[in-house]
This record gives sequence, structure tokens and C-alpha cells, in this order.
Amino acid sequence: MEIFGVPTALLGSQLLVGLINGSFYAILSLGLAIIFGLLNIINFAHGAQYMMGAFIAWLALTKFEVNYWVALIAAPLLVGLLGVLLERTMLRKLYKLDHLYGLLLTFGLALIIEGIFRDQFGISGESYEVPEALSGGIHLGFMFLPLYRAWVVVASLTVCFGTWFMIEKTRLGAYLRAGTENPQIVQALGINVPLLITFTYGYGVALAAFAGVLAAPVFQVNPLMGSNLIIVVFAVVVIGGMGSILGSIVTGIGLGLIEGLTKVFYPEASAVVVFVIMVVVLLLRPAGLFGKA
Amino acid sequence: MSMKKTTSLACAAALATLSAGAHAQISGGVVKIGVLTDLSGTYSDLAGSGAVLATKMAVEDFIAKEKPNFKIEVVTADHQNKADIASNKAREWFEREGVDTATELVTTSTALAVMKVAKEKDRIAIMNGPGSTAITNEQCNDVSVHYAYDTYALANGTAKAVTKQGGKSWFFITADYAFGQALEKDASAVVIANGGKVLGSVRHPFPGSDFSSYLLKAQASGAQVIGLANAGADTTNSIKQAAEFGITPTQSLAGLLMFITDVHALGLKSTQGMYLTEGFYWDLNDETRAWSKRFFSVQKKMPTMVQAGQYSSIYHYLKAVKAAGTDDTKKVMAQMKKMPINDFFAKNGQIRDDGRMVHDMYLMQVKKPSESKYPWDYYNVRQVIPAAEAFQPLSLSRCPLVKK
Repeated sequence: MEIFGVPTALLGSQLLVGLINGSFYAILSLGLAIIFGLLNIINFAHGAQYMMGAFIAWLALTKFEVNYWVALIAAPLLVGLLGVLLERTMLRKLYKLDHLYGLLLTFGLALIIEGIFRDQFGISGESYEVPEALSGGIHLGFMFLPLYRAWVVVASLTVCFGTWFMIEKTRLGAYLRAGTENPQIVQALGINVPLLITFTYGYGVALAAFAGVLAAPVFQVNPLMGSNLIIVVFAVVVIGGMGSILGSIVTGIGLGLIEGLTKVFYPEASAVVVFVIMVVVLLLRPAGLFGKA
Repeated sequence: MSMKKTTSLACAAALATLSAGAHAQISGGVVKIGVLTDLSGTYSDLAGSGAVLATKMAVEDFIAKEKPNFKIEVVTADHQNKADIASNKAREWFEREGVDTATELVTTSTALAVMKVAKEKDRIAIMNGPGSTAITNEQCNDVSVHYAYDTYALANGTAKAVTKQGGKSWFFITADYAFGQALEKDASAVVIANGGKVLGSVRHPFPGSDFSSYLLKAQASGAQVIGLANAGADTTNSIKQAAEFGITPTQSLAGLLMFITDVHALGLKSTQGMYLTEGFYWDLNDETRAWSKRFFSVQKKMPTMVQAGQYSSIYHYLKAVKAAGTDDTKKVMAQMKKMPINDFFAKNGQIRDDGRMVHDMYLMQVKKPSESKYPWDYYNVRQVIPAAEAFQPLSLSRCPLVKK
């Protein structure tokens, strides 16, 4: 059977691959959206933090024989902690200024971090093996699905919806949302808003590192892996609506699927399609698909 | 931008005055070599600081062995793979700093830009990193040397060997820009000429990170061989993901532009059994081992063919300057083309009228992890491709300098 001259089996497998990439977009754009929502900071260091997550996993395995599962928890904690430090010492001073200052600071930091890793590890990067328990795959009839890729989808969707639940349905989440709306009043009610902000940045950054560890066995771990991805992720956030939690998750997955389909019908355009959609969305709904105008 | 000078300008000026009388034939009394390469980007592992090191080693060895009566200076700059930066830097070097030759020049676009400036300023360009055959065809000129390899030699070596060994049906995964398309075109011609057929190709945007979609297409095509007409991280990610999707045991991969640094980065587990063509391998014989170990002791990585070629070409250039007794471009170029190249890199290497240095190439097969006995023990040499077959024959040249 064929759809527009493409066998359905191939179409099915491409959609699945799109879903896998969409899960990466979702988890990265979620982190960006949370940070922008509460801190008003456009975190350009997100790609570098994602890369650090992957490198920490690789270093942990090769230098200290720490396995994948431990790294999956430890790397985000470590990078999140660095994020907390960064927020306390630098970002904090920029909240009252224009968005542009935060963007420039984080962009500069990203360049510095990537430069250090490039100097230390070279540009070709390092290879991280798929963990034993997840190697191999399943024959689905229409394609061979590597187990690890299936795990990526499960893990990132769990974390994404867990985060969404925490923000939308718990007391802590209520504080966060209130802090986004009106920090002065929330502070006046006796809630420690600066601490909340620090925690939020740390969490957003940890999400990036978590995605980095997830990506390590799939992509070559190299210093520029984040900067290649981050521009697309920014487009995802803009399409979803800056600061919208659910928007960033749904848009991330949706765009992964659309990109997957583009790769079937017109692969040459697969790098542009996200940006074309961004332009259209900005023209029709400047606040993004899920954003409040 | 990182830019180092081994000697300050003041010092160079002082030297120039002192030695002006003694060596009237050497402009400024000093032979200045400018290494213009990628010191921070995609190609910094295969060229980069290793190419700078190789240049300095060549100069040191030349001084120790040949005892020249002229001074030699090396300057370096990072062209960031951008043609405008490269040509501006070369212009500054040639016009104001008395640089005699600009070398390395990885990425074709920077090489072509600098070749034009060199021609205009009557200086020499010696290229090791860039791959495109345009350098010695449409864009050729009489002040340029293309030394270590080109895409014709690589595609020709790998595609021919794989097709002859029974890999008759091919599918290409191609980086969607001039370089990738040229590589696919060259390799397709070789496949067809050797009795194979090309079932299709997919062109991916450059750079990419997820190649699974394209790999699945290649898988669905049923081709025996998947030709990777891309380079750098695109190639390494394609190979890694092919193993992940269970493609490699049933279909085989052929990397059309791969370096030993790529194999090192991926590890033997995902690259084992792959064929690739190289102009140099550190573990060929005692001579290559001796030089490469010296290189390794500083760089902590074994040299690529680009870095080994850089040493060989600079040594050859300096020998030509000494033999000609001048750094005059025309005379040095004539001398370089006249003398054969015999060192650890090349045996009876020859620079042709189109600027192409022809030498033996090697068809390699990547070892299985179990076959690898020591660090960097990566290749089995499957075939030595003689110089006459390895490169595009002059009869097919599109370079106006070649008299037919």
C-alpha cells in the first residue's frame, strides 16, 4: 500500500522517528519555556547545558565507571547545581533589565563553555555506547525499532508530563505560576520568590542535562551538539508560545512529526520546515499557538 | 581570533636588515610560512593544531638536516572555515608581513579564495586539508599545489574496491551542498563503470544530527551498500545510527570522506569492516611509525593524512627554496615540480602541471575490535592504489594549464 507514492511501512517508520526527535524537542523546549516563564530570561546557554549533560555521562562512564542509570540522575543534578550557581551570581543582576541582557549573557556563557570543551576534547567528539539493558531492538513488522529509542520516548514523555503535572496541579506549581504573574504580591504573602526563581532555573537547566544524557548514546557526544539543536528548539518555543508549558511539550512533539514527514517527501527542506512554520505562526498568532496574547 | 607569531615583527625587521646583504635572493632574508587553518571548528581535529605542529616539525627538521643559509618563520591563523576571513588574512600576510606561502587551507571554499589572492600577489598556496577536485581543474593556477588527497582519489578508491568485491547496488546519503553532490557524482560514476548500479539517493541538509530517517530510506531501497557522501560529524552520526537501527549487519556502509580521527571518535565497534581510502596511515612501516610517534608525543593523537601531508609538503617546499636559491614564486614552483618527493609520506611523489601531487593511496578496511592490538591500531591495508590510478588522469583534466 502506498500514500502519495510512499509505502505505508516507510511512512510509519518515519513517523516513529519523528516522534523520537519530537521528544528531544519537547524536553528541551520545556526547560526553556519554564525559565522564560518565571525568570524572563532567554536561556541561550541551554544547548551548552545539554551538551554538558552528555559529556558528564561520558566522563562518568569512561573515567569513573559510573553507569548510564546513575548518570541519568547525577548529570542533571550536577548541571542543575551549576545552573543555581550561575543564577545566584550572574543572572540575578539582570532581571530588571531588558531581555536582551540575559540573552547576551547566556549566549556568551554558551560560547565560553563550548570553547572549553572543544579545547579539552577536540571537535570529533566521543562515542557513548547504548547501555546493555537497552541494546538491541524489536521488529515491528514495518521497521526495526531500537529499544533505546523507545526508551527515549518513554523517559522524556514521563519527565515532560511529570513537570507539567507539578506546575499545573501541585501547591509548589501554584506558587510558581503565581510568581510568574505577580512576584511582588506573592512575595508579600510570605513566599520566598528569589528562592523559587533559583530553583526554577536549576530545574530548567537540569532538564537540558537530562536530555543530554538521553542523547549521548544516540548522537556523537561532541562540544557543538547543543548549538546544532538549540536554534530549532527556540523555534519550537516561539511556535508554542513563549512560556507556555503544555504548548512547548505539544509543539515539540508535533514539530518532530512534521519534520519526520518532510524527510519522507522532500528531505532537502527538513531543516527549514520548522522555521517556515514559525514564520506562519508569528504572522497569524504572534503570541504563539498556546500563548496568551 | 587566535593568531600567534613565532617572532615579533620587530625581530623580523631586525633580521631582515642584518641578513639583507648575505641572502639577497630571499625576500626580507626570511622564508615565511603562513599556516591558515581551522583551529576551532569542524575540521580542527583532522587539520588544526596538528597541522601547525607538523609544519613546525618540518621546519625544525629541515634546519637540523639541510642547514639552510636563510631564516624560516612560521605564522598561524584561524580562518574559521570562512572564505572571507581566509582571503583577508592571506592578503594581509602577503602584502604587509612578507609571507611567502600560505598553507594547509582546509575547506575548499577557503582554499579557492586564498588561491586567487596568491595568484594576484604572486605567492604560493600549498593545500592539504581541502578535498575538492576543482582546485586542480576549473580553478587551477600555477602558484598552487594540492598535496595530500582529493575527493576523486577517495571516491575512486573506495567505490571501486567495494563494487569489485560484490557491492553492486548502491544508495547514497548525501550532504546537500556542492561538496556532497560532487562526491556522490564521482562515486556514482565509479560504481557504474565497475558494473554496479545506483538505486537512489537522499540529500540531507548540512549539518544534520539525526540520520535515522535517511538510513531507513536507504534500508528500504534494499541496496547492498550505503555510500556516505558527507563528512565530519554528519558521517560519524550516520555510522553510529546505522548500527543502532540494525542496518549494518545486512547492508554495508562506505564512507567516502573519512579520516582516522573519525574512526577514533566512533570506536571500532561501530566502524568495523568499513572500507575507506587514505593517503597515509601511521602504522604502514618503520618510517611512518617513527615520524608519527614523534607527532603523537606532542599532540596525543596520531596524525591524519592532512597533517602528515602538511609536514611532507612544507619540507618539500623548503628543499625547493634551497635548491632554487631564492623564494621567488616562479622559480620555487618550477623546482617543486621538478624534484620528486621521497619521504615517509610519499614515494616518488610528483607535482603535475595542474598542481596535483600524485602519490600512492591506500584502500583500508577498519579492523574488528578483536584484531586491534594496541591504541590506534585501526586499519588493515587491503590494497595499495598506485599513484597513476589513484588520481584523476591528466587526460580528463579541465585545467587550462594542462597541455593535451
